[in-house]
Amino acid sequence: MSLEHFLHEASSSWMNQEGPDSEIVLTSRVRLARNLKNYRFPSLFSSEEAREIVSTIQHVALNHFPDDMHAEFLKMDELKLLEKRVLVEKHLISPQLAEESNDGAVILSSDEDISIMINEEDHLRIQCLSPGLQLHETLEKAGKLDDLLESWVDYAFDETLGYLTSCPTNVGTGIRASAMVHLPGLVLTQQINQIIPAIHQLGLVVRGIYGEGSEAIGNIFQISNQMTLGKSEENIVSDLTSVIKQIIAQERSAREALMQTSNIQLEDRVYRSLGVLQNSRIIETKEAAQCLSDVRLGIDLGYIQNISKHILNELMILTQPGFLQLYAGRALRPYERDIRRATLIRERLRLEETK
Amino acid sequence: MHFTKIVNGTKTEIHLCEKCAQEKGEMFSFDWGKSFSFDNLLSGLFNFDPAIQIFKQEAAPNPDVLRCNHCGMTFNQFLNTSRFGCPHCYEAFQHQLVPILRRLHGGNIAHEGKIPARIGGAIYTKKKLAQLKEALQAAVEREEFEKAAELRDQIRALESSSLGKGGEQ
Repeated sequence: MSLEHFLHEASSSWMNQEGPDSEIVLTSRVRLARNLKNYRFPSLFSSEEAREIVSTIQHVALNHFPDDMHAEFLKMDELKLLEKRVLVEKHLISPQLAEESNDGAVILSSDEDISIMINEEDHLRIQCLSPGLQLHETLEKAGKLDDLLESWVDYAFDETLGYLTSCPTNVGTGIRASAMVHLPGLVLTQQINQIIPAIHQLGLVVRGIYGEGSEAIGNIFQISNQMTLGKSEENIVSDLTSVIKQIIAQERSAREALMQTSNIQLEDRVYRSLGVLQNSRIIETKEAAQCLSDVRLGIDLGYIQNISKHILNELMILTQPGFLQLYAGRALRPYERDIRRATLIRERLRLEETK
Repeated sequence: MHFTKIVNGTKTEIHLCEKCAQEKGEMFSFDWGKSFSFDNLLSGLFNFDPAIQIFKQEAAPNPDVLRCNHCGMTFNQFLNTSRFGCPHCYEAFQHQLVPILRRLHGGNIAHEGKIPARIGGAIYTKKKLAQLKEALQAAVEREEFEKAAELRDQIRALESSSLGKGGEQ
């Protein structure tokens, strides 16, 4: 398979679209947790209950979902391990749904901007995604799907507690709104160390989206709400948006300060990283992510002009183990993956030159 | 690489070479962390809550006495897994849940968001009525009689329409 063809097949439309503030905010995401009345939660339900839920939702999706969504219904039992892994790497399904769920399934839109997980921790997890900072629009999109589903199935809802969920951390609105942000300026100037605790104090969560624990590889962070009671969905999203706007402003001024005080050092860093990506024969995830982050910063600041911006979003996803194995067409050992990763990145950058 | 896992005082040690650790970890590295830390932390949080400890002491002779009649889950089971068994568990454990919800949601214990249109119709009307009545009270206090009259009409309209619906059902 040619790389161009592979990229076409593998990437989702949101990876190379632009949205508001997309030089810093890669994507906005909204997830709603919902459960059906009269069924036990996935922690306890029987296989029969699980299958009934799957077929009920499948029926609604087939008959009532809008045609332009081109919804695809995938059952976990019918997918190969590698196919599931690739869906996990694209954040379309969770590792939990891929590995542990009984009778789990997912509904995907053809653009891959909508995914509805069935029988994960909750019966339904409606997720919508948009490029750039568009949390309100994304909430609206998720809300419409939620309304559509609710017109055909009975949700577990309580007057005082709201939408009832399997875990008490989600009860109420069941919403998790988040934005994926690229913050190399704040990391380089070490301001991130003060900003993260401040964000936590506001009841929001910050975590590195790639890499283990709090370490953020590729300087990509995910900022999301934590509490789901006591505030409406709109207020949760407004509060999150206003915090993210402040972070964007901070990141912009950090980038400006860096250009003013250490222009040549920054340019050097950007071009060294580009050199590594263009020339290396073996590269680990972490190094690749760091170099991709530097190159993306270089594009944003105008040092590099002939490479497209979305290379960071795209290659962060496509250089993960599942995708590398899909591209190779076979299982790869970790060492082989590092070689494949280097090859894929080199070829991808060469495609930019021929454009 | 050396891992030490301590669960309820039982210590398990795992020794792996870096390569195996990478193999093992990379296979599904993401979930290791999650199921290991998040759930444990959460149930730790519940178990150390003073209100929950008092409950546990009082219930000590028969710790599984509090149980959801619909799915059979006991409150102790919930404390250990931090997952409910069914929607009715919220009702069954409602008193014990208050401190837990406060802790998780910054002191909040009530839903202020969306109400599902179809099944929530009656609840929606009720909440809207309560809001309107509050606004009416405030308007009267501020002596804004024109606004108060407007609100009173809205309340009447809403009340008569919801009564009508009730009759049909």
